[in-house]
Amino acid sequence: MTEPGGDTVAAARAGSTPYVDPARVRYRKRKSLRDAAIGMISLIVTATVVTVVIVRTPGWSAVQETFFSPEAFAESFPGLLDAFWLNIRIFLIAEPLILIVGLTVALVRRLRSPIFLPLRIVATVYVDIFRGVPTLLVILLLGFGVPALQLQGAPDDVLVWGVVALVLSYGAYVAEVFRAGIDSVHPSQQMAARSLGLTSWQTNRYVVLPQAVRNVTPPLLNDFISLQKDTALVSVLGPIELLRRAQIDASFTFNYTPYVAAAALFIALTIPMSRFTDWVQARQRRRRGAGTDS
Amino acid sequence: MNPTMLRVSDVWKSFGQESVLRGISVDVTEHEVVVLIGASGSGKSTLLRCINGLETVDAGSIVLDNDLDVTAFRTDLDAVRRRVGIVFQSYNLFPHMTVLKNITLGQRKVLGRSSAEAQERGRQLLARFGLEDKADEYPDRLSGGQQQRVAIVRAVAMSPEMLLFDEITSALDPLLVGEVLEAVRELKEEGMTIVMATHEMGFARDVADRVCFLDAGVVLEQGPPQEVLRDPTERRTRDFLARILG
Repeated sequence: MTEPGGDTVAAARAGSTPYVDPARVRYRKRKSLRDAAIGMISLIVTATVVTVVIVRTPGWSAVQETFFSPEAFAESFPGLLDAFWLNIRIFLIAEPLILIVGLTVALVRRLRSPIFLPLRIVATVYVDIFRGVPTLLVILLLGFGVPALQLQGAPDDVLVWGVVALVLSYGAYVAEVFRAGIDSVHPSQQMAARSLGLTSWQTNRYVVLPQAVRNVTPPLLNDFISLQKDTALVSVLGPIELLRRAQIDASFTFNYTPYVAAAALFIALTIPMSRFTDWVQARQRRRRGAGTDS
Repeated sequence: MNPTMLRVSDVWKSFGQESVLRGISVDVTEHEVVVLIGASGSGKSTLLRCINGLETVDAGSIVLDNDLDVTAFRTDLDAVRRRVGIVFQSYNLFPHMTVLKNITLGQRKVLGRSSAEAQERGRQLLARFGLEDKADEYPDRLSGGQQQRVAIVRAVAMSPEMLLFDEITSALDPLLVGEVLEAVRELKEEGMTIVMATHEMGFARDVADRVCFLDAGVVLEQGPPQEVLRDPTERRTRDFLARILG
Protein backbone atom coordinates (compact mmCIF):
# COMPACT_ATOMS: atom_id res chain seq x y z
CA MET A 1 0.00 0.00 0.00
CA THR A 2 1.40 3.43 -0.93
CA GLU A 3 0.73 6.39 1.30
CA PRO A 4 1.75 10.05 1.27
CA GLY A 5 5.09 10.29 3.02
CA GLY A 6 5.90 6.71 2.02
CA ASP A 7 8.85 5.36 3.95
CA THR A 8 8.59 7.84 6.83
CA VAL A 9 5.05 6.81 7.64
CA ALA A 10 5.93 3.16 7.41
CA ALA A 11 8.89 3.66 9.74
CA ALA A 12 6.75 5.57 12.23
CA ARG A 13 4.10 2.85 12.18
CA ALA A 14 6.67 0.16 12.80
CA GLY A 15 8.48 1.91 15.64
CA SER A 16 7.38 4.36 18.27
CA THR A 17 8.61 7.55 16.59
CA PRO A 18 6.02 10.28 16.03
CA TYR A 19 4.95 11.21 12.52
CA VAL A 20 3.97 14.70 11.31
CA ASP A 21 2.88 15.50 7.77
CA PRO A 22 5.84 17.34 6.10
CA ALA A 23 3.45 19.94 4.69
CA ARG A 24 2.26 20.68 8.24
CA VAL A 25 5.87 20.95 9.43
CA ARG A 26 6.54 23.59 6.75
CA TYR A 27 3.32 25.42 7.64
CA ARG A 28 4.19 25.52 11.36
CA LYS A 29 7.71 26.80 10.62
CA ARG A 30 6.35 29.53 8.33
CA LYS A 31 3.76 30.52 10.92
CA SER A 32 6.26 30.83 13.76
CA LEU A 33 8.57 32.97 11.57
CA ARG A 34 5.65 35.16 10.54
CA ASP A 35 4.51 35.56 14.17
CA ALA A 36 8.01 36.63 15.21
CA ALA A 37 8.23 39.17 12.37
CA ILE A 38 4.80 40.66 13.12
CA GLY A 39 5.69 41.02 16.79
CA MET A 40 8.96 42.75 15.99
CA ILE A 41 7.43 45.17 13.46
CA SER A 42 4.56 46.01 15.82
CA LEU A 43 7.06 46.73 18.60
CA ILE A 44 9.23 49.02 16.44
CA VAL A 45 6.27 50.97 15.07
CA THR A 46 4.75 51.48 18.52
CA ALA A 47 8.06 52.59 20.06
CA THR A 48 8.67 55.04 17.21
CA VAL A 49 5.21 56.56 17.45
CA VAL A 50 5.41 56.95 21.22
CA THR A 51 8.88 58.54 21.03
CA VAL A 52 7.89 60.96 18.29
CA VAL A 53 4.73 62.00 20.13
CA ILE A 54 6.59 62.59 23.40
CA VAL A 55 9.51 64.48 21.86
CA ARG A 56 7.16 66.75 19.87
CA THR A 57 5.18 67.75 22.96
CA PRO A 58 5.64 71.49 23.62
CA GLY A 59 7.05 70.96 27.14
CA TRP A 60 9.49 68.22 26.16
CA SER A 61 12.68 70.30 26.31
CA ALA A 62 11.80 71.58 29.77
CA VAL A 63 11.00 68.05 30.93
CA GLN A 64 14.25 66.79 29.48
CA GLU A 65 16.21 69.52 31.24
CA THR A 66 14.48 69.05 34.62
CA PHE A 67 14.14 65.26 34.78
CA PHE A 68 16.74 63.87 32.38
CA SER A 69 19.71 66.23 32.64
CA PRO A 70 22.96 64.30 32.01
CA GLU A 71 25.01 66.84 34.01
CA ALA A 72 22.76 66.64 37.07
CA PHE A 73 22.77 62.88 36.73
CA ALA A 74 26.57 62.65 36.62
CA GLU A 75 26.86 64.98 39.55
CA SER A 76 24.45 63.22 41.90
CA PHE A 77 24.85 59.58 40.87
CA PRO A 78 27.93 58.62 42.96
CA GLY A 79 26.31 60.06 46.09
CA LEU A 80 23.03 58.27 45.29
CA LEU A 81 24.78 54.98 44.78
CA ASP A 82 26.48 55.44 48.12
CA ALA A 83 23.17 56.19 49.86
CA PHE A 84 21.53 53.22 48.13
CA TRP A 85 23.93 50.91 49.98
CA LEU A 86 22.03 51.84 53.16
CA ASN A 87 18.72 50.72 51.59
CA ILE A 88 20.31 47.46 50.61
CA ARG A 89 21.63 46.92 54.12
CA ILE A 90 18.23 47.71 55.66
CA PHE A 91 16.68 45.21 53.29
CA LEU A 92 19.26 42.53 53.95
CA ILE A 93 18.87 42.83 57.72
CA ALA A 94 15.08 43.20 57.75
CA GLU A 95 14.22 40.38 55.36
CA PRO A 96 15.56 37.40 57.37
CA LEU A 97 14.04 38.86 60.54
CA ILE A 98 10.68 39.23 58.74
CA LEU A 99 10.80 35.61 57.64
CA ILE A 100 11.51 34.49 61.21
CA VAL A 101 8.75 36.66 62.71
CA GLY A 102 6.28 35.67 60.00
CA LEU A 103 6.91 31.95 60.29
CA THR A 104 6.88 32.03 64.08
CA VAL A 105 3.59 33.92 64.21
CA ALA A 106 2.03 31.61 61.61
CA LEU A 107 3.08 28.56 63.62
CA VAL A 108 1.90 30.03 66.91
CA ARG A 109 -1.52 30.67 65.40
CA ARG A 110 -1.71 26.96 64.55
CA LEU A 111 -0.96 25.71 68.07
CA ARG A 112 -3.97 23.86 69.40
CA SER A 113 -2.99 23.07 73.00
CA PRO A 114 -5.04 25.14 75.48
CA ILE A 115 -1.91 26.18 77.37
CA PHE A 116 -0.86 28.30 74.38
CA LEU A 117 -4.10 30.29 74.32
CA PRO A 118 -2.36 33.52 75.48
CA LEU A 119 0.30 33.14 72.78
CA ARG A 120 -2.34 32.58 70.16
CA ILE A 121 -4.20 35.68 71.24
CA VAL A 122 -1.01 37.75 71.14
CA ALA A 123 -0.22 36.50 67.64
CA THR A 124 -3.71 37.25 66.37
CA VAL A 125 -3.77 40.74 67.89
CA TYR A 126 -0.30 41.44 66.49
CA VAL A 127 -1.36 40.55 62.95
CA ASP A 128 -4.57 42.54 63.22
CA ILE A 129 -2.81 45.65 64.44
CA PHE A 130 0.23 45.72 62.21
CA ARG A 131 -1.67 44.87 59.07
CA GLY A 132 -4.08 47.66 59.82
CA VAL A 133 -1.62 50.50 60.52
CA PRO A 134 0.21 52.13 57.58
CA THR A 135 3.88 51.14 57.54
CA LEU A 136 4.91 54.80 57.52
CA LEU A 137 2.93 55.41 60.69
CA VAL A 138 4.59 52.44 62.43
CA ILE A 139 8.00 53.83 61.44
CA LEU A 140 7.14 57.28 62.83
CA LEU A 141 5.71 55.86 66.07
CA LEU A 142 8.65 53.59 66.77
CA GLY A 143 11.41 55.81 65.33
CA PHE A 144 10.47 58.94 67.21
CA GLY A 145 8.42 57.45 70.02
CA VAL A 146 10.64 54.76 71.50
CA PRO A 147 13.91 56.76 71.74
CA ALA A 148 11.88 59.51 73.48
CA LEU A 149 11.09 57.03 76.27
CA GLN A 150 14.82 56.97 77.09
CA LEU A 151 14.56 53.36 78.13
CA GLN A 152 17.58 51.87 79.83
CA GLY A 153 19.52 49.75 77.37
CA ALA A 154 17.24 50.45 74.42
CA PRO A 155 19.19 51.59 71.36
CA ASP A 156 18.61 55.24 70.55
CA ASP A 157 19.65 54.92 66.93
CA VAL A 158 16.58 55.78 64.86
CA LEU A 159 17.80 53.49 62.12
CA VAL A 160 17.43 50.48 64.44
CA TRP A 161 13.84 51.45 65.18
CA GLY A 162 13.16 52.04 61.52
CA VAL A 163 14.24 48.48 60.77
CA VAL A 164 12.21 47.15 63.72
CA ALA A 165 9.14 48.96 62.36
CA LEU A 166 9.63 47.44 58.90
CA VAL A 167 10.07 43.99 60.45
CA LEU A 168 6.90 44.32 62.55
CA SER A 169 4.83 45.66 59.69
CA TYR A 170 5.98 43.16 57.07
CA GLY A 171 6.11 40.32 59.60
CA ALA A 172 2.33 40.55 59.96
CA TYR A 173 1.82 40.24 56.21
CA VAL A 174 4.31 37.44 55.83
CA ALA A 175 2.71 35.56 58.75
CA GLU A 176 -0.55 35.53 56.85
CA VAL A 177 1.19 34.39 53.68
CA PHE A 178 2.76 31.50 55.57
CA ARG A 179 -0.55 30.66 57.18
CA ALA A 180 -2.23 30.50 53.78
CA GLY A 181 0.61 28.29 52.62
CA ILE A 182 0.17 25.90 55.52
CA ASP A 183 -3.57 25.76 54.87
CA SER A 184 -2.89 24.96 51.22
CA VAL A 185 -1.26 21.65 52.12
CA HIS A 186 -3.97 19.03 51.92
CA PRO A 187 -4.98 17.52 55.32
CA SER A 188 -4.38 14.04 53.88
CA GLN A 189 -0.65 14.83 53.91
CA GLN A 190 -0.80 15.37 57.64
CA MET A 191 -2.83 12.21 58.07
CA ALA A 192 -0.27 10.21 56.09
CA ALA A 193 2.60 11.61 58.16
CA ARG A 194 0.86 10.98 61.48
CA SER A 195 -0.10 7.47 60.39
CA LEU A 196 3.62 6.67 60.06
CA GLY A 197 4.01 7.61 63.71
CA LEU A 198 5.60 11.02 63.13
CA THR A 199 4.82 13.44 65.94
CA SER A 200 2.88 16.63 65.33
CA TRP A 201 6.14 18.62 65.36
CA GLN A 202 7.90 16.22 62.97
CA THR A 203 4.87 16.32 60.67
CA ASN A 204 5.10 20.10 60.51
CA ARG A 205 8.84 20.12 60.10
CA TYR A 206 9.26 17.47 57.40
CA VAL A 207 5.93 17.28 55.60
CA VAL A 208 3.75 20.37 55.99
CA LEU A 209 6.20 23.29 56.09
CA PRO A 210 8.39 22.28 53.13
CA GLN A 211 5.29 22.06 50.96
CA ALA A 212 3.79 25.23 52.43
CA VAL A 213 6.93 27.26 51.75
CA ARG A 214 7.07 25.98 48.18
CA ASN A 215 3.45 26.97 47.64
CA VAL A 216 3.94 30.52 48.88
CA THR A 217 7.34 31.31 47.38
CA PRO A 218 5.86 33.59 44.67
CA PRO A 219 3.81 35.74 47.08
CA LEU A 220 6.76 35.86 49.49
CA LEU A 221 9.07 37.11 46.75
CA ASN A 222 6.41 39.66 45.89
CA ASP A 223 6.59 40.94 49.47
CA PHE A 224 10.40 41.04 49.19
CA ILE A 225 10.10 43.33 46.17
CA SER A 226 7.70 45.56 48.04
CA LEU A 227 10.09 45.70 51.00
CA GLN A 228 12.99 46.73 48.77
CA LYS A 229 11.06 49.88 47.88
CA ASP A 230 9.68 50.49 51.36
CA THR A 231 13.18 50.76 52.80
CA ALA A 232 12.85 54.34 51.53
CA LEU A 233 10.20 55.01 54.18
CA VAL A 234 12.90 54.94 56.85
CA SER A 235 14.08 58.28 55.39
CA VAL A 236 11.39 60.08 57.41
CA LEU A 237 13.44 59.36 60.52
CA GLY A 238 16.48 61.15 59.11
CA PRO A 239 18.96 58.51 57.87
CA ILE A 240 20.28 59.52 54.51
CA GLU A 241 19.27 56.65 52.28
CA LEU A 242 18.63 56.84 48.56
CA LEU A 243 15.36 58.77 48.54
CA ARG A 244 16.59 61.27 51.13
CA ARG A 245 19.86 61.78 49.23
CA ALA A 246 17.90 62.43 46.02
CA GLN A 247 15.64 64.85 47.84
CA ILE A 248 18.62 66.80 49.18
CA ASP A 249 20.31 66.92 45.78
CA ALA A 250 17.10 68.02 44.09
CA SER A 251 16.45 70.78 46.57
CA PHE A 252 19.97 72.16 46.06
CA THR A 253 19.83 72.27 42.27
CA PHE A 254 16.11 72.65 41.58
CA ASN A 255 16.57 69.75 39.19
CA TYR A 256 14.60 66.52 39.55
CA THR A 257 17.06 64.30 37.75
CA PRO A 258 18.28 62.80 41.08
CA TYR A 259 14.73 61.54 41.74
CA VAL A 260 14.66 59.84 38.35
CA ALA A 261 18.11 58.39 39.03
CA ALA A 262 16.89 57.10 42.41
CA ALA A 263 13.88 55.52 40.75
CA ALA A 264 16.18 53.85 38.23
CA LEU A 265 18.29 52.42 41.07
CA PHE A 266 15.23 50.98 42.84
CA ILE A 267 14.10 49.46 39.57
CA ALA A 268 17.53 48.02 38.92
CA LEU A 269 17.20 46.17 42.23
CA THR A 270 13.60 45.01 41.86
CA ILE A 271 13.64 43.87 38.24
CA PRO A 272 15.98 40.91 38.81
CA MET A 273 13.77 39.93 41.73
CA SER A 274 10.65 40.23 39.57
CA ARG A 275 12.14 38.03 36.83
CA PHE A 276 13.24 35.55 39.50
CA THR A 277 9.66 35.49 40.83
CA ASP A 278 8.31 34.87 37.32
CA TRP A 279 10.79 32.06 36.88
CA VAL A 280 9.84 30.43 40.17
CA GLN A 281 6.15 30.68 39.30
CA ALA A 282 6.67 29.21 35.85
CA ARG A 283 8.67 26.36 37.31
CA GLN A 284 5.93 25.60 39.81
CA ARG A 285 3.32 25.59 37.08
CA ARG A 286 5.42 23.13 35.12
CA ARG A 287 5.86 20.94 38.18
CA ARG A 288 2.18 20.88 38.95
CA GLY A 289 1.40 20.17 35.32
CA ALA A 290 3.92 17.34 35.27
CA GLY A 291 1.74 14.94 37.22
CA THR A 292 0.63 11.95 35.16
CA ASP A 293 -2.09 10.82 37.53
CA SER A 294 -4.45 12.73 39.73
CA MET B 1 -4.85 -21.30 66.73
CA ASN B 2 -2.99 -18.03 66.32
CA PRO B 3 -3.30 -15.48 69.09
CA THR B 4 -5.73 -12.59 68.74
CA MET B 5 -3.92 -9.54 67.49
CA LEU B 6 -6.75 -7.04 67.35
CA ARG B 7 -9.97 -6.98 69.31
CA VAL B 8 -12.59 -4.38 68.39
CA SER B 9 -15.46 -4.47 70.88
CA ASP B 10 -18.70 -2.56 70.61
CA VAL B 11 -17.23 0.54 68.99
CA TRP B 12 -19.44 3.54 68.31
CA LYS B 13 -18.48 6.55 66.23
CA SER B 14 -20.54 9.38 64.85
CA PHE B 15 -19.76 12.54 62.93
CA GLY B 16 -22.20 15.18 64.10
CA GLN B 17 -25.63 13.62 63.85
CA GLU B 18 -24.47 10.91 61.49
CA SER B 19 -23.83 7.65 63.29
CA VAL B 20 -21.25 5.68 61.29
CA LEU B 21 -20.20 2.86 63.62
CA ARG B 22 -23.01 1.46 65.77
CA GLY B 23 -21.47 -0.97 68.19
CA ILE B 24 -19.19 -2.84 65.80
CA SER B 25 -17.13 -5.79 67.06
CA VAL B 26 -14.51 -7.76 65.16
CA ASP B 27 -11.45 -9.82 66.10
CA VAL B 28 -8.37 -10.36 63.98
CA THR B 29 -5.83 -13.10 64.69
CA GLU B 30 -2.16 -13.06 63.78
CA HIS B 31 -1.36 -13.73 60.08
CA GLU B 32 -5.01 -13.42 59.20
CA VAL B 33 -6.26 -11.45 56.19
CA VAL B 34 -9.66 -9.94 56.96
CA VAL B 35 -11.50 -8.23 54.13
CA LEU B 36 -14.19 -5.68 54.94
CA ILE B 37 -16.91 -5.30 52.33
CA GLY B 38 -20.00 -3.16 52.33
CA ALA B 39 -21.57 -0.17 50.63
CA SER B 40 -20.05 3.30 50.83
CA GLY B 41 -20.92 4.77 54.19
CA SER B 42 -21.19 1.39 55.88
CA GLY B 43 -18.23 2.30 58.12
CA LYS B 44 -15.29 0.42 56.58
CA SER B 45 -12.94 3.41 56.33
CA THR B 46 -14.00 4.83 59.67
CA LEU B 47 -13.29 1.52 61.38
CA LEU B 48 -9.79 1.38 59.86
CA ARG B 49 -9.09 4.95 60.92
CA CYS B 50 -10.22 4.23 64.45
CA ILE B 51 -7.91 1.21 64.65
CA ASN B 52 -4.97 3.40 63.62
CA GLY B 53 -5.99 6.18 66.03
CA LEU B 54 -6.61 8.67 63.23
CA GLU B 55 -10.15 8.98 64.57
CA THR B 56 -11.07 8.70 68.24
CA VAL B 57 -13.99 6.43 69.07
CA ASP B 58 -17.08 7.65 70.94
CA ALA B 59 -17.55 4.41 72.88
CA GLY B 60 -16.20 0.86 72.99
CA SER B 61 -12.63 -0.41 72.89
CA ILE B 62 -9.95 -1.41 70.41
CA VAL B 63 -7.11 -3.47 71.89
CA LEU B 64 -3.89 -4.53 70.19
CA ASP B 65 -2.14 -7.74 71.29
CA ASN B 66 -4.16 -7.80 74.52
CA ASP B 67 -1.87 -5.09 75.89
CA LEU B 68 -2.30 -1.78 74.08
CA ASP B 69 -5.70 -0.14 74.35
CA VAL B 70 -5.96 2.23 71.38
CA THR B 71 -9.11 3.76 72.79
CA ALA B 72 -7.90 4.51 76.32
CA PHE B 73 -8.25 8.24 77.02
CA ARG B 74 -4.51 8.89 77.32
CA THR B 75 -3.06 6.39 74.87
CA ASP B 76 0.14 7.35 73.08
CA LEU B 77 -1.25 7.17 69.56
CA ASP B 78 2.22 7.48 68.04
CA ALA B 79 3.00 4.15 69.73
CA VAL B 80 -0.11 2.63 68.15
CA ARG B 81 0.87 3.91 64.73
CA ARG B 82 4.35 2.45 65.07
CA ARG B 83 2.71 -0.97 65.27
CA VAL B 84 -0.16 -0.56 62.82
CA GLY B 85 0.46 0.80 59.32
CA ILE B 86 -2.21 2.16 57.00
CA VAL B 87 -2.37 2.75 53.25
CA PHE B 88 -4.97 5.13 51.85
CA GLN B 89 -7.10 5.23 48.73
CA SER B 90 -5.36 8.41 47.51
CA TYR B 91 -1.76 7.19 48.12
CA ASN B 92 -0.85 10.40 50.00
CA LEU B 93 2.83 10.19 49.13
CA PHE B 94 4.84 13.27 50.08
CA PRO B 95 5.17 15.09 46.74
CA HIS B 96 8.26 17.09 47.72
CA MET B 97 10.37 14.01 48.44
CA THR B 98 11.80 11.32 46.21
CA VAL B 99 10.35 7.83 46.48
CA LEU B 100 13.28 6.68 48.63
CA LYS B 101 12.94 9.71 50.94
CA ASN B 102 9.23 8.94 51.33
CA ILE B 103 10.18 5.48 52.50
CA THR B 104 13.05 6.43 54.79
CA LEU B 105 11.49 9.44 56.58
CA GLY B 106 9.44 7.43 59.07
CA GLN B 107 12.15 4.83 59.58
CA ARG B 108 14.68 7.51 60.53
CA LYS B 109 12.51 9.90 62.51
CA VAL B 110 10.17 7.44 64.21
CA LEU B 111 12.15 4.22 64.50
CA GLY B 112 15.53 5.93 64.86
CA ARG B 113 17.16 3.88 62.12
CA SER B 114 20.33 5.28 60.59
CA SER B 115 20.08 6.81 57.16
CA ALA B 116 22.10 3.97 55.61
CA GLU B 117 20.01 1.33 57.35
CA ALA B 118 16.74 2.97 56.27
CA GLN B 119 17.92 3.36 52.70
CA GLU B 120 19.04 -0.22 52.48
CA ARG B 121 15.71 -1.50 53.74
CA GLY B 122 13.93 0.93 51.42
CA ARG B 123 15.83 -0.24 48.35
CA GLN B 124 15.32 -3.89 49.27
CA LEU B 125 11.58 -3.41 49.59
CA LEU B 126 11.38 -1.37 46.37
CA ALA B 127 13.17 -4.17 44.56
CA ARG B 128 10.79 -6.73 45.99
CA PHE B 129 7.80 -4.79 44.68
CA GLY B 130 9.38 -4.18 41.27
CA LEU B 131 10.15 -0.51 41.87
CA GLU B 132 13.95 -0.53 42.22
CA ASP B 133 14.43 1.89 39.33
CA LYS B 134 12.01 4.43 40.85
CA ALA B 135 13.94 5.16 44.06
CA ASP B 136 15.09 8.60 42.97
CA GLU B 137 11.94 9.68 41.11
CA TYR B 138 9.41 12.12 42.52
CA PRO B 139 5.95 10.63 43.12
CA ASP B 140 4.19 12.67 40.42
CA ARG B 141 6.38 11.03 37.78
CA LEU B 142 4.91 7.61 38.63
CA SER B 143 1.69 5.96 37.51
CA GLY B 144 -1.11 5.56 40.04
CA GLY B 145 -0.32 1.88 40.48
CA GLN B 146 3.35 2.62 41.09
CA GLN B 147 2.48 5.37 43.57
CA GLN B 148 0.21 3.05 45.48
CA ARG B 149 2.88 0.37 45.60
CA VAL B 150 5.32 2.96 46.94
CA ALA B 151 2.75 3.84 49.61
CA ILE B 152 2.56 0.16 50.53
CA VAL B 153 6.36 -0.04 50.72
CA ARG B 154 6.39 3.10 52.88
CA ALA B 155 4.04 1.41 55.35
CA VAL B 156 5.84 -1.96 55.24
CA ALA B 157 9.24 -0.30 55.77
CA MET B 158 8.10 0.64 59.27
CA SER B 159 7.99 -3.08 60.15
CA PRO B 160 4.41 -2.93 61.44
CA GLU B 161 2.68 -5.84 63.15
CA MET B 162 -0.43 -5.24 61.11
CA LEU B 163 -1.40 -3.35 57.96
CA LEU B 164 -4.68 -1.63 57.20
CA PHE B 165 -5.62 -1.06 53.55
CA ASP B 166 -8.36 1.49 52.95
CA GLU B 167 -9.77 0.87 49.45
CA ILE B 168 -6.30 1.11 48.03
CA THR B 169 -7.34 0.27 44.47
CA SER B 170 -10.45 2.47 44.23
CA ALA B 171 -8.65 5.46 42.72
CA LEU B 172 -6.76 3.39 40.16
CA ASP B 173 -7.16 2.87 36.46
CA PRO B 174 -8.61 -0.68 36.11
CA LEU B 175 -5.45 -1.77 34.27
CA LEU B 176 -3.32 -0.86 37.31
CA VAL B 177 -5.39 -2.58 39.98
CA GLY B 178 -3.72 -5.94 39.44
CA GLU B 179 -0.19 -4.84 40.27
CA VAL B 180 -1.32 -3.35 43.59
CA LEU B 181 -3.36 -6.41 44.57
CA GLU B 182 -0.35 -8.56 43.65
CA ALA B 183 1.66 -6.62 46.23
CA VAL B 184 -0.99 -7.33 48.88
CA ARG B 185 -1.00 -11.02 47.98
CA GLU B 186 2.77 -11.09 48.42
CA LEU B 187 2.46 -9.55 51.90
CA LYS B 188 -0.08 -12.19 52.87
CA GLU B 189 2.29 -14.93 51.79
CA GLU B 190 4.90 -13.51 54.13
CA GLY B 191 2.45 -13.81 56.98
CA MET B 192 1.48 -10.16 57.40
CA THR B 193 -1.72 -9.55 59.34
CA ILE B 194 -3.98 -7.48 57.10
CA VAL B 195 -7.33 -5.74 57.46
CA MET B 196 -8.50 -4.48 54.11
CA ALA B 197 -11.53 -2.55 52.94
CA THR B 198 -12.15 -3.22 49.27
CA HIS B 199 -14.68 -3.56 46.49
CA GLU B 200 -12.56 -6.14 44.64
CA MET B 201 -14.72 -9.21 45.27
CA GLY B 202 -12.60 -11.52 43.14
CA PHE B 203 -9.55 -10.61 45.18
CA ALA B 204 -11.48 -11.06 48.44
CA ARG B 205 -12.48 -14.55 47.34
CA ASP B 206 -8.89 -15.53 46.48
CA VAL B 207 -6.94 -13.95 49.30
CA ALA B 208 -9.17 -13.33 52.31
CA ASP B 209 -9.19 -15.73 55.24
CA ARG B 210 -12.37 -14.09 56.37
CA VAL B 211 -14.83 -11.66 54.84
CA CYS B 212 -16.86 -9.27 57.01
CA PHE B 213 -19.91 -7.62 55.52
CA LEU B 214 -20.47 -4.25 57.16
CA ASP B 215 -23.91 -2.74 57.09
CA ALA B 216 -25.12 0.37 58.95
CA GLY B 217 -22.12 0.40 61.26
CA VAL B 218 -22.07 -3.25 62.39
CA VAL B 219 -20.69 -6.54 61.05
CA LEU B 220 -23.85 -8.10 59.72
CA GLU B 221 -22.29 -11.30 58.51
CA GLN B 222 -18.82 -12.81 58.50
CA GLY B 223 -17.05 -16.01 57.61
CA PRO B 224 -14.81 -17.65 55.01
CA PRO B 225 -15.16 -16.00 51.58
CA GLN B 226 -16.76 -19.10 50.03
CA GLU B 227 -19.62 -18.83 52.48
CA VAL B 228 -20.14 -15.09 52.67
CA LEU B 229 -19.60 -14.36 48.99
CA ARG B 230 -21.19 -17.51 47.50
CA ASP B 231 -23.91 -18.31 49.91
CA PRO B 232 -24.72 -15.41 52.25
CA THR B 233 -27.37 -15.98 54.89
CA GLU B 234 -28.43 -12.32 55.23
CA ARG B 235 -30.71 -10.78 52.68
CA ARG B 236 -28.84 -7.45 52.80
CA THR B 237 -25.57 -9.21 52.02
CA ARG B 238 -27.18 -10.87 49.03
CA ASP B 239 -28.56 -7.53 47.86
CA PHE B 240 -25.16 -5.89 48.19
CA LEU B 241 -23.37 -8.67 46.32
CA ALA B 242 -26.00 -8.67 43.61
CA ARG B 243 -25.53 -4.95 43.12
CA ILE B 244 -21.74 -4.95 43.13
CA LEU B 245 -21.32 -8.02 40.96
CA GLY B 246 -23.96 -6.70 38.56
